[in-house]
This record gives sequence, structure tokens and C-alpha cells, in this order.
Amino acid sequence: MLIYALKRFGVALLVAVAVSIVTFSLLRFSGDPAAAMAGESASESDIEYVRKHYGFDRPLPVQYYDWAVRALKGDFGESIYLKRSVAGILADRAPTTMTLGALALSFALILAIPLGVLAAMFPNTLIDRVALGIAVIGQALPSFFFALIMIIVFGVWLRWLPIAGHASWLNFIMPSIALGYYATPAIMRLTRAGMMDVMSSDYIRTARAKGLKPRVVLFKHALRNAIIPVVSLSAVQLGFMLGGSIVIESIFSLNGLGSLAWQSIQRSDFEVMQAIVLTIASFYILLTYLADLLNAFLDPRIRVS
Amino acid sequence: MAERILSVENLQVNIPVPSGMLRPVQGVSFKVDRGETLCIVGESGCGKSLTSLAIMDLLPTKAIRTAERLELDGKNVLDIPETEMSDIRGNLMGMIFQEPMTSLNPAYTIGNQLEEALLRHRNVSRDEARDRAVYLLEKVGITAARSRLRQYPHQLSGGLRQRVMIAMTLMCGPDLIIADEPTTALDVTIQAQILLLMAELQKEFDVGLILITHDLGVVARIADRVAVMYAGQIVEQGSAKQVFEDPTHPYTQGLLECIPIPGKTERGSHLGSIPGIVPSLVGEMNCCHFAERCPYATDECRAQPVELRPGFTDEHDYRCVLTPEQCAENLRQKVPA
Amino acid sequence: MANGTVAEKLPSAQAILEPSPMSQMMKRVFGHAGMTIGGGVLLFIFLMAILAPVLAPHDPYSQDLTQRFVDPIWGAKGTWVHPLGTDGFGRDYLSRMMFGAQTSLLIGFAAMLISGILGTALGVAAGYFGGRVDMIITFIITTRLAMPVILVALVVVALIGSSLTIVIWVLGLLIWDRFAVVMRATTQQVRAMDYVAAAKALGCSTTRIIFSEIMPNIVNALIVVATLEVAHAVLLEAALSFLGLGVQPPTPSWGLMISEGKGMMFFKAWVIAIPGAALFMMVLCINLLGDGIRDVTAPENRN
Repeated sequence: MLIYALKRFGVALLVAVAVSIVTFSLLRFSGDPAAAMAGESASESDIEYVRKHYGFDRPLPVQYYDWAVRALKGDFGESIYLKRSVAGILADRAPTTMTLGALALSFALILAIPLGVLAAMFPNTLIDRVALGIAVIGQALPSFFFALIMIIVFGVWLRWLPIAGHASWLNFIMPSIALGYYATPAIMRLTRAGMMDVMSSDYIRTARAKGLKPRVVLFKHALRNAIIPVVSLSAVQLGFMLGGSIVIESIFSLNGLGSLAWQSIQRSDFEVMQAIVLTIASFYILLTYLADLLNAFLDPRIRVS
Repeated sequence: MAERILSVENLQVNIPVPSGMLRPVQGVSFKVDRGETLCIVGESGCGKSLTSLAIMDLLPTKAIRTAERLELDGKNVLDIPETEMSDIRGNLMGMIFQEPMTSLNPAYTIGNQLEEALLRHRNVSRDEARDRAVYLLEKVGITAARSRLRQYPHQLSGGLRQRVMIAMTLMCGPDLIIADEPTTALDVTIQAQILLLMAELQKEFDVGLILITHDLGVVARIADRVAVMYAGQIVEQGSAKQVFEDPTHPYTQGLLECIPIPGKTERGSHLGSIPGIVPSLVGEMNCCHFAERCPYATDECRAQPVELRPGFTDEHDYRCVLTPEQCAENLRQKVPA
Repeated sequence: MANGTVAEKLPSAQAILEPSPMSQMMKRVFGHAGMTIGGGVLLFIFLMAILAPVLAPHDPYSQDLTQRFVDPIWGAKGTWVHPLGTDGFGRDYLSRMMFGAQTSLLIGFAAMLISGILGTALGVAAGYFGGRVDMIITFIITTRLAMPVILVALVVVALIGSSLTIVIWVLGLLIWDRFAVVMRATTQQVRAMDYVAAAKALGCSTTRIIFSEIMPNIVNALIVVATLEVAHAVLLEAALSFLGLGVQPPTPSWGLMISEGKGMMFFKAWVIAIPGAALFMMVLCINLLGDGIRDVTAPENRN
């Protein structure tokens, strides 16, 4: 088990490095950090000066190496615009996005798993069709459109919820739903398929033959096995949500990493952009890694050889 | 006077299918006493597995079960509420299935699954349940039982898992055990061990055992009584001695011809076969189910359903229009003197 | 699919390819209606997009500031001159919707083609050659999966500048992962088949084997993934345009129209509801069509 964990950790690390290299290169190839730093009204010689001064004229691998060494020490450079350490800014903004992501995933799970279980238990009935409908709609509805509709309906017409800012937990309700519903179809489908598979398995038949109560059969025996692939999927979906937060945070004016990313994109703030992409990618890698470990924990066949 | 554990009268299972009503179990009746082993034999698809599931009320949702009588330990279990039935399952009667490799939950230790079987039905402590599990594991021949409890199913071989299954059915001390082809999926070398084990345990725990199989060799070894099923019906039923030495129904005779039985079949003799295929069980069959394949079939056989009738002894029934003497004569003609 | 001891975990191709229980269920409920309805509506949208220059009642770019935010036909002051009303610049909404369909479909298909070629090449190579090639490509796929697509797309477009072509290329070079994962898994399945071994034994060149033995048998899976990715690209473009970094005004794009109408949405909800509903409808139909194709070809896919 330990060796398994270590090996997968090594891979995760490698992927993180690869992501940082790709992102770094993409940024440098797409735009000119010197020009961005110098500002819009800078002249050619100004830009040239900035380039030499900050070392943007050095070969790319050298620049990357520099950046990587600093990053490992926790120094992600300084925001061109905000004149603060990037790491500091990120630390400020990260909790909001993490909260948003966690709430969004919770919403998706709370909706998807029970629906999936019920749909599996009563196939071809009303509940199954409702689940189907939600899945089909969830996959086709653009998240930003859904967000706007919710704002109109719940924020303006019904006035139930606040539509911007981060004053209280109420502010997180609509954003979480807007961000999380897109994961619901996939999770529900997987739960439904997994449950149907498991419910027809031999060990469930044994459990019934032992006279176990239906609730025990359902939760202790069936769901326990059916949920395993859902864990991995949830981790992946959460990773996607963190990336997709840029749209939602912009619409709802939440000051998380997503809106920070949006602001730094508009200002061509290279250091921040690089750091955010790497941070979110790292979270994705961490989440999938944790999901792997959780899988091994849930499935003794992986854990115990 | 042996105590009657199970009484089944006129058990039917009907399953609606697109092309009509499938009737895989038709008018099955039998009894099992304490300490007795009843073997239900028949080829694949004859309805023996569904019969056992019907007794336990574990049929698929679409299936419809009816019977005139279904009594366990003298108490009716026919149309009782599911809560009552689940109190009985695993408690007064237990079942062992064919596939040991998949019959245990891979996510829990075998200790957990064994203890669970007892804790569900008895108000004992976890430790007491554990002790009972160890006791039974040792009874089924598993060494180092206490440490085995912490193992997971995938760490055990098929034979070991089946032993665990046997122990699991014994946890609550049931009166009746139904074993549906318990050795079919195991290595041939292990099969004999498991069967011997079951026979020993049956004596020791004094239970009624229904053993379902298609393997006549198994039957010869441990059956007290035999019920031969064909196409949803019991075609012959009697003591093992009776059925093996003087098979009456043409199907039974054909079966015994087909399969070499240790101790009975003579070396160098011709192995028979029964031509034809099993009839479809959808809809009503107003004739003898075996008529298409029977070498002695007449128009009378094809004209109307055939009922069970007494054979050579009180305890012996068979389903044929021919008299017992005629059947015996047929048998004599097959086997050269 | 473990290669060596440290194989990375890729998303399950099986999960994407198997007829989802949803679509199996749908088949029972709607017959093949899902596919026919989806395909039919999609065809309608497609025709409308292609014939937009001919059918559109107005020029989608011509502005009339005296006719700003006119209600659609069902509104208080709606007229048949502008059946779907006008936007903030007085441009006819119906015409812009029709040309917007062009934009969505064009970007959707083009991005799908680029990502399809790239992803399929990688996936087939990984699946066919196995070994180190597979390890490297799987690593590349995992790296790509770790990167947040929208963020990266926004970043790149912001720096390079946005236009129709750039959006197509950026999306195409980013969303190839599902193609790669699925094609890899399918190729592995097909490669294990006897007829491939036979071709090898006959001395066929690798290229020949790939194109005449492998490709024909993974085409079904390819089509299913392709339809899903068109929908994916359409949604991504809409999000990019909504944020202002996709197609640039005055080009009509449904995402852009939603963004432009945001200011009025509290007073005239239809300004965003119409393009939003259209996006929803288009993606829904593409998904239904994809599900239908998967159902129809599934039995042959099963190994």
C-alpha cells in the first residue's frame, strides 16, 4: 500500500512539473511579459529595457529554471499590477474558490447519488424518468446561462437570494448550484449503472439469503461497492469545477481565484496567470491522487494483495 | 418418527415474458425431514434452481409464486409479509449458492460477513458472534480460523470460500439448508471434499438438506431421497436406493444410462444419450413434457397432461402413463442380462 | 492497460462508449425518437445556418439606433418586422440568431476536426504501439487533463488576440483528450483481435495495418466521441464569447449575444433567454444524436 502511494505520488509530481512547463511556455509564446509590464504607453526602448532588466531575453529553459527554483521556495513572483507577492494574493483568494468548489460538489453529490440509487432501484418508473430528464438537461445547459437565469428568477423576481458579493453564505448558494449541476448527470449515471450492476450481483443475493434487512443490503452491501468509481469521478469533476470557477465567480462577483484569474487576464499579469493555472492544476492532481488512495482504501482488492 | 422440516405442495412459478407466460416450475411437491438429504436432480433449465429460490422467496420481482402448501417446521411461510420472511431467511433456513467466487462481498472481511449473519437474528455480543464464527470455520475445516476472520474474500481460494459459505449458513443453526449446485464451480478434486464435509455437518447439526445438482455421481454419494426434475415437473421421486436401482420414469432411466456412476456402471458398457431437446416452457403444455424424446411415447402421452402416480413403494412416485411393471420391463430390455 | 509498474489512471473510455443506462432507458421510453428528434432539430438548425444569408430577414450587422431593444412578437410592442426583437444596437435578433448558428456550428465542427485528428493520432499510436510510446502519450494526456481548459484558453486568447480562427485553433488544440482516451482504449481492443495478428503475419506495413485494419473498426467510437466534442466545443466557445474573449463583436455569436444582453436582462429577459435557449437546444440535440448513434452502433462495438 505504501509503495503504491509513493509511486502514484511520484507520477503526480511529474505531471505537476509538466503542467508548469507547458503553462510557462504557452504564456511566453503567446504574449510578451516585457510589454505587459512596461505598460500600454511604453515605447520600444522602454520595453527593451524591461526585457533586459527582468531577464525576459534569456533562453526559455533558463527563465523556466529560475521560475521553478523560486516557486519551490514558495515565491511565485510579484504581481505586475498589484505589486504584491503572488503567493500572498493567492492565499487570500483561494479559500473562496475552495469553498465554492466544495459546495458545488456537495450539491452535485446530494442531488446525483440519491437520484441514481432511486433510479436503479425503480427502473423505468417516474423517478427514473425524472432522473433522466435532469441528466439530459444538465448536460446541455450552459453554466453561465443557467447562472443568469437563476439570478433573474431567484435574485430579482423572487428576491430570495443575493446576487453579488460575498457577504454571507447565502451568496454561495446560486454560484454553487450553477457550478455544480454540470457534474450531476455524470455522477448520477455512474451511480445508477453501478447500483444496477451491484444489485444483481451474487453477494447481494447472499446478503438477502442471510435475511439482512433491506436497508442494510442497500447501504452496507450495495452502495459501498457501487460508490467506488464515483469517488474517482467526483475528484475529477471537482478539479473541473475549480477551473470553471472563472466564469461563475465573474458573474456573481465572488473574490476567489477564478475572478482573480479573470482580472489578471485582462491586465496581462503574467506571474499571477501562471501561478493560478499551476495552482488549479495542482489541486486537480492532488484530488485525483487522493481519490486513488481513497479507492485503494475502499476496495480491499487493491489494498491487500 | 422423523420431524418434518419442509412441506411443499403444488409449487408453481410463473414469469410473464414477451411471448407469453413462462412456467419454469409446475406443480412441484416434496417433503424434507430432519437429518435427511433430498437431492433434486435434472439438467440445466429444468427448474430446480428456481424451485429453491421459490422456497426462500428470493425469486426475481417479475416472478409469481403460488403453492397449495409451503410449510417450514410446520409453520406456513407462503404468503407471509416480507419482514417475517427475512426473519426466517438465514435463521431457520439457509442457502448456499453455486458461485463461491462472487457470493461474498469483496469489501468486507469474512469475519464481518459471518458475524453479521448471526447478529442479525440473535441478540448476542460481537465477541460471541466472533467465537461462533471461529467455531464454525474450524468445523468446516479451515485452519487458523481466528486470523482468517480478518481476511478478505479475494484472498481465499474457491474451495475455501465455499467452506466459508457453508459456515455462514450454519451461524444461526438453521433447520433446513438448501445447497444449489455447491460444488459445480469447484475443481473436481475439491468437489468430493466439500460434499463429504456437507454430509458430515448435516449429521452433526441434524439439519434437513436439499442438494440441487445435475451430477448423478454426487447424488449417489450422499442422497437419502431423490427427486428427478424435467421441464419444470418432478418426474420421479423416491428413496435414492429405489431411484438408482430401479429407475422407473423413462427420463430417469435415460439419465442413468448416460452417465457413468462409480460403482454401478460397468466398464466397457455403452453410454447412452437422450436425443432431442428440452421443450419450451412458455404457455401450457397439454401433454407429457418428455413425450418428444421418450422412446416409449404413445398418442396417449401426447394427448393430455400426465399426473404423478405411485410407483413400487409408498414413498415412490413417478409421472408416466405406463405401469411400474412396464417401466421395469423397458429397463430390463435396455440392459442385457 | 498497465504499462510498466507506474501506469497513470486515465478516465474510463468504457464509461464514455457504453450505451449509457440513460440512453438505454431512453430507447425504451421514446423508441428511437430521441435520435430522430435530435437529429431532425439539428438538421433544421444546420439548414438555417447554411441558408442564413438567404433566409435572414435583415442584415445581422445593420444597426438602427431608433429601434433598440424592440420586443419580440409576443411582447407588448412586438411586430413581425422583427419577430424576435432587436438588440442594443437595433440589429434584428432573428437574423443574428441565424448567423449565430453559423458561428456555433462552424466553430464546433472545426474545433472537433482539429482535436479529432490530434487526439485520434495520439490515441491510436498509444493503443497500437503500446510500451514506451503508450507511457509517454498517457503522460501527455494526463498532463493535459490536469490543465483547466477554460482558464488556459482564456489566457492564450487574451495574449494572442481573439478571432474566429484563433478560437477554433485554441479549442481544437485543447479538447483532444477525450478522443485520445477513447481511441487508445478502442485501438487496444482491436489490436488484440486475430485479424490484426494475421495482417502482421502477412508482413503488412504498420501504416497499412493501422489504416486498413484498425481504423475501420474504431470509426464507430470515433463518431460518437466526435458528436460529443462538437457539443463541448460549442459550449466552450459560448463561454469564451460570453466573457469577451471569443468571437469578437460585431460577429454574431450566441454567447456574445448573451453577454451583450446581460445589461438588460432584468427588464427584458428575452434578450438572453432566446440565445440561451438556442444554445441549450443545439447542445441537447447534438447529445441526443450522439446517444442515438452510440445505441445504434453499440451491439457491434461489444467485444
